[in-house]
Amino acid sequence: MSKLEALTSAQAEVVRQMTVCNACRYCEGLCAVFPAMELRRAFDGGDADYLANLCHNCGACYYDCQYAPPHEFAINVPVAMAALRDETYARNVWPAAFAGAFARHGLWVTFAAALSVAVFVAGFVAANDPGALFAPVGGEGGFYRMMPHWAMAGLFGAAFVYAIAAIGIGVRRFWRGTDAQAVGWAEIWQACRDAASLKYLDGGGMGCMNAGERPETDRRRLFHHATFYGFALCFAATGLATVFHEFGAQAPYPLWHPVVVLGALGGVGLVVGPLGLLAERAKRDAAIATHTGMGAAFLWMLCLSGLSGMLLLALRDTAAMGLLLALHLGLVFALFLSFPYGKFVHGFYRFAALARYAHERRTRKVEAVD
Amino acid sequence: MPGPGEDPSVLVAGGGNAALCAAISAARGGARVTVLERAPKFYRGGNTRHTRNMRVAHTAGNGILTGPYPVAEFLDDLMRVTKGVTDELLARMTLERSAELWDFLWAQGVRFQPSLGGTLSLGRTNAFFLGGGRSMLNALYRTAEDLGVVIHYDTQLVDIVLDGDRFVSGTAESGGVRREIQADALVVASGGFEANIDWLTQAWGPAAQNFLIRGTPYNRGEALRLLLDKGIAAVGEPNQCHAVAIDGRAPKFDGGIVTRLDCVPFGVVLNAGGQRFYDEGEDFWPKRYAIWGRLVAAQPGQIGHVIIDEKAIRLFMPSVFPPVVAESIPELAAKIGLDPATTTETIAAFNAACVPGSFDHTVHDDCRTEGLTPSKSHWARPIDTPPFYAYSLRPGITFTYLGVKVDETARMIRADGRRCANLFAAGEIMAGNILGQGYLAGIGMTIGGVFGRIAGEGAAHVQA
Repeated sequence: MSKLEALTSAQAEVVRQMTVCNACRYCEGLCAVFPAMELRRAFDGGDADYLANLCHNCGACYYDCQYAPPHEFAINVPVAMAALRDETYARNVWPAAFAGAFARHGLWVTFAAALSVAVFVAGFVAANDPGALFAPVGGEGGFYRMMPHWAMAGLFGAAFVYAIAAIGIGVRRFWRGTDAQAVGWAEIWQACRDAASLKYLDGGGMGCMNAGERPETDRRRLFHHATFYGFALCFAATGLATVFHEFGAQAPYPLWHPVVVLGALGGVGLVVGPLGLLAERAKRDAAIATHTGMGAAFLWMLCLSGLSGMLLLALRDTAAMGLLLALHLGLVFALFLSFPYGKFVHGFYRFAALARYAHERRTRKVEAVD
Repeated sequence: MPGPGEDPSVLVAGGGNAALCAAISAARGGARVTVLERAPKFYRGGNTRHTRNMRVAHTAGNGILTGPYPVAEFLDDLMRVTKGVTDELLARMTLERSAELWDFLWAQGVRFQPSLGGTLSLGRTNAFFLGGGRSMLNALYRTAEDLGVVIHYDTQLVDIVLDGDRFVSGTAESGGVRREIQADALVVASGGFEANIDWLTQAWGPAAQNFLIRGTPYNRGEALRLLLDKGIAAVGEPNQCHAVAIDGRAPKFDGGIVTRLDCVPFGVVLNAGGQRFYDEGEDFWPKRYAIWGRLVAAQPGQIGHVIIDEKAIRLFMPSVFPPVVAESIPELAAKIGLDPATTTETIAAFNAACVPGSFDHTVHDDCRTEGLTPSKSHWARPIDTPPFYAYSLRPGITFTYLGVKVDETARMIRADGRRCANLFAAGEIMAGNILGQGYLAGIGMTIGGVFGRIAGEGAAHVQA
């Protein structure tokens, strides 16, 4: 977005609030947003987009702020940033026709998941003898009697590549819109470390605020870690399984097998993490709550994907295997397709913002004088 | 409003740093404590909600404080700014005990951070609160609540009963309902009267109507009035207040830190008649902003206009309100309601008087005027590069100096010289004992912390 273009109302609100914050700066120790703000004297739409995505929504600045409502300055940075973040996802989405999917994400995801599961069930029935769906087919290669490996790998590979490409196009649009500079490897590494540790989700050391003005322990950070690393482990398990498959070892694998161990650990994370985050959302103080339904839908999809995978592991030698496989694959397929159009993209936007912050911190100085 | 049968052993009037330090210390000393805060919950804490640091003595840096700040140096600084208008015994004790405040506040959940951008000069001497004064205050309130301290918002101490040198009971009022509260001791930590325009008018005349108040509208000094009327000795001059020049567009109350304007040394300041009236470049702004409130207060309509040009716009902290911008001086003058011809003349005379020099805003440079009255001693450069910018200035009142006299146990002293047995004061209401005049960044919070603790501990241990 060029500096001459008009601001959206969400950008204008962030610019208004940052102008007040930049004259105060009491929150500069809380996170990355305020030090990044201090590198500027004035804010355009791109600056607002960038700062909004740098915000981790820890909530601390709202309770620390002497200008929060009912003060006439009405500063509520967590809410203003969250509203603009959602807008940046929709504004940069590819293809642009899907911009509305963010606002009605829950509906779309539910529809996609149901349709996807139904198609897998129907596909299994059509491709095999209808009775095979309910026949115990344990042992090596059991899954692939329901659906050939090439079909499974091809379908999910394609869905995943599509998701990553679509997100990549959106993040690239976001990056260019904020006038960001090229960053170096050291800065990308710094962003990796800040993202992997959720460095800025701790209120500057005192803790996040969620249910009210009392800082909380690391609950939100721990549940997010469980979710993220759970997902990463499941992803690693899938990748590893593909490698084993190429070398002739076919799923299902025995319980001690690295693929199963990684998948089981990841599955636990994917169930516990999202449930924990959903519980934290339910407790959030109405003053800083910004629930659009997008986050909840994403968390439920992650949780159900993990849960169906765990059930599949537990019941893979029973007659329920065929249906559970269809359920699991259907959910995961819908999850992949929903990635570019929901909360999943926040990780990529925030990573880009963190990389830019690492770059700015090295190359720019606060202009204000003593 | 406390109900019947809930009488505390210690009653605290006020809700800022000093009041909460007193309440926490009294509760830790075994007292049942009730706090009466006049403001609603959001505006609790008086001026503390707008603070950001506390000046503390320390023998070594600690990773956040960048170096040692010995008591002797602290005392030198205090004697310099007050020009000796202080009770030296109380001052020395306060500064010595300030060394305990970091650990005390940490134990109550307060966290610290390095000095904020733009305040590097305070990095060694002042402990900055992570998240600012409201965050610090929230931590104190959480701790007080956890200790069982009962806090009543929107509740004011409107009367007290004294029996000679003893406090007997106080009357609290909330929503038009009054109730008498018995307690073994009373701590009054309810600040000054900076938001009481009528009282300011008595001291300053009608000019006070144009003052802006930097803190909440609840700092009305009613408890101070009550104590003085009941025969407690006063310290400080009633017409003394900390008046700084702030953005004239600031809200009437509670604009706080963001309304500051740091551009005066880089331009000229004109009054409503389009004339300069003081040396804008006398010294660095942090050393001069506190005299500019009075300077502007003395001008017609209590207003000033800073005019700078494009060369200066990036030399100071960003302002919360955008400047008025124009491509020429007459156009700018018209926009801000000054006479264009007079303003152009004043700027032309200033520009002609600037002697060439090498501009450096970080030192007392050699850019000054010659043959101009009033002169500008430093950072004087012709205002000749468009666009031109203007900000309005008004007096912003931070705090008042008038207070009650106390001794080293924080007990109030009566006008007849006798010491009260169980009537304590802490914070701004008694800061004048130590800071008789002048200002030292963060010392109000120091006095509040030290005397809050002393008052709370003393109040918990008075003999009923």
